[in-house]
Amino acid sequence: MDKITTKPSSLSDVAAAKQKKAPGAQSLGVGLEARSVHAWFSGKHVLDNISLDFWSGTVTALIGPSGCGKSTFIRTLNRMHEFIPGAQMAGEVLLDGKDIYESGTDVTKIRLKVGMVFQKPNPFPSMTIAENVLSGLKLAELKTSNKDELLEDCLERAGLWGEVKDRLNAHGGSLSGGQQQRLCIARSLAVKPQVLLMDEPCSALDPGSTLRIEETISQLSSSMTIIIVTHNMQQAARVSDYTAFFLSDGGPGSMIEVGPTSEIFSRPRDQRTENYVTGRFG
Amino acid sequence: MTLIDKPSAAIPAPREITTKPRVSDKIFRGVVTAGGLFSLVVLGLILIYLTYQGYDVLKSQGISFITGSAWNVVSDESGNIDYAATDFGLAAMLIGTILCALIAVVIAVPISVLGALYLTFYAPAALRKIMVSIIDLMAAFPSVLFGIWGFFVLMPSAEYWAKLLNKYLGFIPFFEMQVPVFTRSPFVAGVVLAIMIIPIVTSISREIFGQTPLDRIQAAYALGATRWAMIKAVVIPYGRSGVVGGAMLGLGRAMGETVAVYTVLNIVYQINWQVLLGAGGNVASMILLKFGEAGEGEIKALMAAGLVLFILTLVVNSIADLIVKSTGAKGR
Amino acid sequence: MSTTVAIPKPGKPWTATPKQRSITAGIYLAAALVSFLLVAVTPMKGKLAYFTLFFFASIIIDFAASYMQRGMASAKDAIARGFVTVGITFAVLPIFSILFEVIKRGYKGLGLGLFTNDMSLNSVNDPLGNGGLLHAIVGTFVMVLIALIVAMPIGILTAIYLTEIKGKFAVPIKFLVQAMSGVPSIVAGLFILSAYVYPITGSLSGFAGSLALMILMIPTIARTSEEVLLLIPSDLREAGVALGGTQWRTVALVVVPAAKSGLVTALILGIARVAGETAPLVLLTGGGESVNFNAFDGPMGSLPIYIWKCFGQGTEESIARAWSGILVLLVIVLALFIMARFLSERKETR
Repeated sequence: MDKITTKPSSLSDVAAAKQKKAPGAQSLGVGLEARSVHAWFSGKHVLDNISLDFWSGTVTALIGPSGCGKSTFIRTLNRMHEFIPGAQMAGEVLLDGKDIYESGTDVTKIRLKVGMVFQKPNPFPSMTIAENVLSGLKLAELKTSNKDELLEDCLERAGLWGEVKDRLNAHGGSLSGGQQQRLCIARSLAVKPQVLLMDEPCSALDPGSTLRIEETISQLSSSMTIIIVTHNMQQAARVSDYTAFFLSDGGPGSMIEVGPTSEIFSRPRDQRTENYVTGRFG
Repeated sequence: MTLIDKPSAAIPAPREITTKPRVSDKIFRGVVTAGGLFSLVVLGLILIYLTYQGYDVLKSQGISFITGSAWNVVSDESGNIDYAATDFGLAAMLIGTILCALIAVVIAVPISVLGALYLTFYAPAALRKIMVSIIDLMAAFPSVLFGIWGFFVLMPSAEYWAKLLNKYLGFIPFFEMQVPVFTRSPFVAGVVLAIMIIPIVTSISREIFGQTPLDRIQAAYALGATRWAMIKAVVIPYGRSGVVGGAMLGLGRAMGETVAVYTVLNIVYQINWQVLLGAGGNVASMILLKFGEAGEGEIKALMAAGLVLFILTLVVNSIADLIVKSTGAKGR
Repeated sequence: MSTTVAIPKPGKPWTATPKQRSITAGIYLAAALVSFLLVAVTPMKGKLAYFTLFFFASIIIDFAASYMQRGMASAKDAIARGFVTVGITFAVLPIFSILFEVIKRGYKGLGLGLFTNDMSLNSVNDPLGNGGLLHAIVGTFVMVLIALIVAMPIGILTAIYLTEIKGKFAVPIKFLVQAMSGVPSIVAGLFILSAYVYPITGSLSGFAGSLALMILMIPTIARTSEEVLLLIPSDLREAGVALGGTQWRTVALVVVPAAKSGLVTALILGIARVAGETAPLVLLTGGGESVNFNAFDGPMGSLPIYIWKCFGQGTEESIARAWSGILVLLVIVLALFIMARFLSERKETR
């Protein structure tokens, strides 16, 4: 049977069109490593033995059909998983070589280093735009020498400075959906994270805002590690250096394959990966 | 494949959808609407009857019914009331009502809000269920129980606290005492009322805190916030006005309380600002006290007093209701 | 993957380790020591001193420990934790004292005679073995029952109007129900006095008491019923209508039966609300001493009035009777509450 070659090659064309990126410089830290991570919800096994390395300075996309544990997995990376009643886990997550689940760790410090942007933009409505961006500092009682400089820097990197620089005192909820999401990105940047987790950040936005945010992601990746969960394979091809494919066959989700994005989309090693990226299911 | 031409005709107006009303449904609607309007009828009747009964008194006393502070019934030889010579003034009792209720709110609201925060954000699941049940149970206790328990069990401790307040904070006018009588004071009544309204205010606060949008809470935690930092940044701005509404509902309840105040407060008919002194009263307990021996004329005055109390609690509860409703809608 | 990797045991690495728990215990121990020391050294004495000092000492020590380990944010969190714990303690503490005292002071008067005699032949100052509160229980039962006969349909109809019909009066009615729940009980008593007792009958009776209780019951029943009806998913109503049911049939035969246990809960809560009401009954019922089943004829006793009168006498015997009456009333309220809880739990497991 002839292999269907249309979809893979167009996606892989997109992926190949991006500049090749090697793992980032040592100065950015070793990155994040997940070692044999399992997750349960009240005894139900939902994530099976995920081992994944995220090199600093790269963008990794997690793709796969819904319900296979991608969101659960990234929530184990910044210890948000434990908020769900009945949540349990096993395995280790190493940030710069140290397990973030080690007993005695200050979890709030972990979350300062591993930031998160959510699917639905959630700026704080009771704060102004400026207050929103700097809210991370206030929450963690961090001091900074120059608030205005940090404010402009974060908004600039998030691609929002030009649009809001004249109304920094407007309410956080007065922006459009895409602007709100960029505000949330700026907010996460203010606490200077090493890793940024993004859980389907564009799925609630229009295509124009989506492209703006993808530009932002590309620019940010030079200074931090980015992990993005996405349902949109074209987005994964556009934005990521590495892609990991998750799948669950009714049981716990597991990672089927990981590799450089261009290879996943043009020459996937596993048949299931190929079925997914060619659109045969999912 | 032909392309569909752009329609040049105007977009039609939407059709009106009707259905023939069935008789059974009309009757159903009528019956249910009548039942629903019952509350309107009752409230209206209360207003009408109390005004009607108290009219003579209100007319003869005028505004001094609310502002005057003397209550002297003067009858002529045949036992009929002499309206010209009689004074009916609620001021002392109105002030007492507000004073006792304010003391109750000042004590109860911090405890309730802190307790509600504990139940929503700090309590382990099993403990939360038990404590919520306990608090809901307390809301169902009859007020006569609080009154008698307050009189026999709480009063000695309250007296001790009052003495401490007088000793260390006596420079504040409220806590001064001319005569050292510490029992059966507005302070004790306030403490008993506080214990009575804590369950209500805690329940309302807990419900409001529980409705805080989860995505904001998660955003705060993801930024590295501690639990308290999250509460300060997200929960309190969201729930602030709702909690105020709940506090006002507690205030309204405390203002209308009768038997609990009657048992623990020594009803003396003069304005008393010294909350630690054993003398005071509120409108509701005064009505209960005077009712036993009131002649016809005085009963009319008591009806008028009831009317004043009714309007007062109605206003407070309505404002509270509006405030609580607006939290859910605005979400700010 | 052909190699079978053993699945590890699920764990919760974020829960407090024994080491962390012992640190917390150490903080409280240190706080206790400090408070004992301060009480011994300074003129502060008594339970109040111990508890206040313990509270402040534990917060300060927790603050310092958190600050040194994790910084200011964690230290502030420690202060907040201390305060909310104190808050819930104060909120929950009174019930233990209440239950303890009521049982301690009331059980002396318990006995079979309590439930089989009334007070028509005795005075409340007689020794505890004589007389009883049968008339009070009967009176409360009769009056609450009559009140329920009217309050139940009105309350449920109001709830149906608000959830099923949602007509143009919905907002005012919701507001009015809320307003009615805030009416002071003595005002309800005065109203019935002026609207029913004076113009119509001229005498106090149990029925007058029922009328006042009705006013107090309806808002509770309406509000709880409304909450319960709102919980019924709209799919059920749509299914009924899609089968060709008229609105009233859908409501009567589909929605209301589905909400049955919730509505019973609403009734039980309404009963619990008025069982202990005293003030309107003082005005309206005359407080009879003998068992009277006729609400329209003659004064009627009730538990709250019985308690009230006994307390008013002030002698040792009468006060003991009052406590026994309170104990009985409390047991009734407790039983109603547990019934209501049980019914609503059962509904949730469906």
